[in-house]
Amino acid sequence: MEPVRRVGWLHLPLWLTYVFLYVPIAVLVVMSFNASKTPFTWKGFSTRWYGELLQDDLIRQGFINTMIVAVGATVIATSLGTLLAIGLNRYFRSALLEAYALTPAIIPDLALAIGLLALFALVGVTLGLHTVLLAHVVFGMAFVAAVVLARLGHADPSLEEASRDLGAGPVSTFFRITVPTLMPAIVAGALLVFTLSLDEFVIAFFTDGPSTPTLPIVIYSMVRFGVTPEINALAALLLLVSFTIVISAQRITKLTDAL
Amino acid sequence: MSATTTEPERGAPRRRALVGRAVFAGPGLLYVTLFMTLPLLIIASYTVLTRGRFGGVETEFTFDNFAKALQPIYLSVLGNSLLIASITTALALLLGYPTAYAIARLPRQWRTVALVLVVLPFWSNFLIRTYAWIILLNSEGPLNTALVNLGIVGAPLDLLYNRGAVVVGLLYAYLPLMILPVYASIERLDPELQEAARNLGAGKVRTFLDVTLPLTLPGTLIGAIFVFVPSMGNFVVPELLGGGKTEMVGNLIRDQFLVARNWPFGAVLALSVVAFLVILFAIQAAIGRRINGGGARA
Repeated sequence: MEPVRRVGWLHLPLWLTYVFLYVPIAVLVVMSFNASKTPFTWKGFSTRWYGELLQDDLIRQGFINTMIVAVGATVIATSLGTLLAIGLNRYFRSALLEAYALTPAIIPDLALAIGLLALFALVGVTLGLHTVLLAHVVFGMAFVAAVVLARLGHADPSLEEASRDLGAGPVSTFFRITVPTLMPAIVAGALLVFTLSLDEFVIAFFTDGPSTPTLPIVIYSMVRFGVTPEINALAALLLLVSFTIVISAQRITKLTDAL
Repeated sequence: MSATTTEPERGAPRRRALVGRAVFAGPGLLYVTLFMTLPLLIIASYTVLTRGRFGGVETEFTFDNFAKALQPIYLSVLGNSLLIASITTALALLLGYPTAYAIARLPRQWRTVALVLVVLPFWSNFLIRTYAWIILLNSEGPLNTALVNLGIVGAPLDLLYNRGAVVVGLLYAYLPLMILPVYASIERLDPELQEAARNLGAGKVRTFLDVTLPLTLPGTLIGAIFVFVPSMGNFVVPELLGGGKTEMVGNLIRDQFLVARNWPFGAVLALSVVAFLVILFAIQAAIGRRINGGGARA
């Protein structure tokens, strides 16, 4: 009883934070159902902007481009990140190397973006979806590795030892014991990479070619030229997708442990 | 691993470890080196080269790019960025610390829910979260409409396209990055230490200042770095919410690479942001070691 009452006043900043975080999102979602053509004033309920969204070629193409990058980056980053986490946990146990491998997750995105642009220019690669994909794998892999490492931190090695003792080879042990044990973390990591890639703007802005804009780049050019109810509808849909993915990832493994 | 293995067997585990390192960690470490370290090294080398005519560089050694960064016009952008990033960090601390404290004191079953609610917006599209504020703060937007209708203000306020809007946008973007590490350090705190302080006669304020605050300082500094550094490098929020009037280092870097095509100068600016990150982390690690040997753990 006493401890709860003692911090009662602390619930004020907590609620303030939630109001601050969710009011803009709520306003955006409500406005996406606004019948009015001006995106600020309410003129009754309508789903017409969701319909118009589907008609927009620019948005549709942007969505397809984004999906290509996100799916590709998720597959590669999840494979590399999982192996990396196992390698760091089993064969190195070096805090410095671990920090090095996870750096792409915290390095300022703008620095990574211009660095990759300079690299691609130096090597002479034409910019396009493939360069965005290569770039998204860098930080995606770090996030997967972080989530998998957190799970490896309290994994029980005796199952693998038993498998080896019973005559299974290293490859068979890896696929039958190691991967299934880590599966929740791997899936959660994959979901995170997918949503990060789906929403990533800064790095894509620098490493993408002009003819294949990803969805965030399309949104950026739309937002720069003003507010339209169509963007509200698109925003509401993307928020729904991200929230669903992150909540699923959280349910699969305790993400809050890793981050 | 064990020293008692006989001579011929000793090579096998070592070889297995080498193969394991190469097979598991090899590809990932190679990838990070190729696509993070190498790009950063290229940027670092560009800082002392001459600009190419159409972007890129020419291999002519110079220190002019550093001298250029010290010109008053660019120093004022840097100063402006430092000011905005500092205000944002201070506000994030003011709101984030008590929030994290409150979450850590919630009943166990509510803590995860409360934390997920904090990070959820962070994982959604950053442009959209910024865009939401254009709607909210607009002169015809819901906030102004509400203020006018409630008779609090006579005419709509100019909430958008100024420094205040930039600070709000950055705070909105990075507040979760303050709350998470602070929460982690408060949760790790041994409550017996606080109880001991109270039993020894320290008041609530004294206990907080002498026990809680120092022990959570390393995590709090991590949170401050996580808010401060990306705030400095952000170019989207100043552009969309500052209305182009508020230029920050991020905008300058973007323009040097994509508009002005002065890559070496852009490289100097970008590395200065990375340098801030490294220096701040070093300070954090030093303070962390002095307090509890915690170092960079968030």
